[in-house]
Amino acid sequence: MLASGILGISLDVFNRIYRSGAGAVVTKSLSKEPWEGYPNPTIFSVGGGGWINAVGLSNPGAPNFAKMIENNKDVPIIVSLVGSIPEDFEFMINEFANCAVTGYELNLSCPHVAKVGLEVGDDPELVKKIVSTVKKSTKVPVIAKVGLGTTNYLDTVGIAIDSGIDAITAINTVRAMAVDVDTQQPILSNKFGGLSGTPIKPIALRCVYEISSKYDIPIIGCGGISTWEDAVEFFLAGASAIQIGSAVGDRWVDVFNEINNGILQYMEKKGISRIEEMVGLAKKS
Amino acid sequence: MQRNHNHTTICKIEKVIDETPTVRTLVFSDDIMSNVLPGQFAMVWIPGINELPMSVMISRETGKAAFTVRKHGPASTGLFNLKEGQQLGIRGPYGNSFDLKQGKLLLVGGGTGLVPMMRLLTFVKPTDDVTLLIGAKTKDEVFFENLANNLLKNNPHSVIVTTDDGSYGEKGFVTDMVEKLINQSKFEGVYTCGPEKMMFKTVQLAHSKGLFVQASLERMMKCGVGICGSCCVGEDLVCKDGTIFDGDHLLSNKEFGYFYRNKAGILENY
Repeated sequence: MLASGILGISLDVFNRIYRSGAGAVVTKSLSKEPWEGYPNPTIFSVGGGGWINAVGLSNPGAPNFAKMIENNKDVPIIVSLVGSIPEDFEFMINEFANCAVTGYELNLSCPHVAKVGLEVGDDPELVKKIVSTVKKSTKVPVIAKVGLGTTNYLDTVGIAIDSGIDAITAINTVRAMAVDVDTQQPILSNKFGGLSGTPIKPIALRCVYEISSKYDIPIIGCGGISTWEDAVEFFLAGASAIQIGSAVGDRWVDVFNEINNGILQYMEKKGISRIEEMVGLAKKS
Repeated sequence: MQRNHNHTTICKIEKVIDETPTVRTLVFSDDIMSNVLPGQFAMVWIPGINELPMSVMISRETGKAAFTVRKHGPASTGLFNLKEGQQLGIRGPYGNSFDLKQGKLLLVGGGTGLVPMMRLLTFVKPTDDVTLLIGAKTKDEVFFENLANNLLKNNPHSVIVTTDDGSYGEKGFVTDMVEKLINQSKFEGVYTCGPEKMMFKTVQLAHSKGLFVQASLERMMKCGVGICGSCCVGEDLVCKDGTIFDGDHLLSNKEFGYFYRNKAGILENY
């Protein structure tokens, strides 16, 4: 599926991504009100398929967004939500009452915006309250997206599970920065951003492996996946599904079918008929 | 080592040319940017201020390129105010380029939308018969007329300026001139860049005559590399699928000519 934060502001684009082979799309994280995000530069290439971004969660706001996807019948849409208190999430889920929503992904891990994301994810009490409230507000599956903050992410996952979460997406971008040596200043307007892409793949893989070793919960692997081999690694480490983000920038929408076809060929070669059969196989060795 | 085009490269401004009271051309040395295709753009970092997409302007000197900017918002004003010797960061080039036909060509540019038109002029064959229309509100805002005549001096050509108020050249909208010309003769290719309403009208007119027409679109852009999605027009991303689109494709896109997205991604009317 398409990872949150990537391309997700127009239903036409969602349709295109779905036609290109994504099983579902995750929207940009939506807030109660529209957010403009940070001024440019909002993204920086660190090379080797790595990016640091601080877009600043720009989004049209949940009410506008709900109106846009109201007539969607074709695309499985997972709505990503970002907020500071349980009531924010409750309000937003009500806005989607008339929309076909496949699931909600709670952004508890954006590393570059104050009062939301990782600052929420690092507060165990808040995680507990938000997850419980959201679970009461909707019948569709609710996923928590976790990242590497100051609290042990495994504890955050545990609290989310105790509060009734249905699945975990691991991981978000990793807080990072870039400084220009010529002008001797940080490049991103927000100074700090989140590192994504190939450089964080081994970290994300480790997290998926650790979560699946400790808890019995479906995991969506996310972080630097750009090839079918990457995808299979995540399945073997314990992920039941995967998300593609930064690789869309390098390989454009073709990346989805390229990865799908590679996974299918691998399964044929290994005599695997369903993805479930390979989930977590690496933990047996 | 080959340069990673996504990595920001710092360049020093070597020359500043005043085109009009609100438009300047900033010249810098960079081999890659000097050789980009017509219509390609760079993401330009004004250190400490902002970063914005800019179509790459030609320079008449080898190994050099330029940006032509109109001061408008904080980012473009920041770029406009840069002086000789100051630095800017560039990454790219990004985007596709015009599909240049041969024979009788019509180019329609408004404002800094003339930038990709100037680069296109450097790619025409000596046998091409080129008509360039320059649209401006008033005399003070006309620029690149001499440059265009100079670039086309070995071609059969005409450069026609229109001003809305008639203070210079032909009076009226540039699209009125487009209509007149395409009713008079058949063009092998029509190329346009400038205000969206101007491009919309030009594409409609050319398309109605069955002419091959392409337009270079502009949208709010953050990443420039197909990640953030800010620049979407319907299902198309200006940075990845464009900035240049065929007319028939554009006319099937319900946002072209009518809507753009603001910084939060909300559709607004032109």
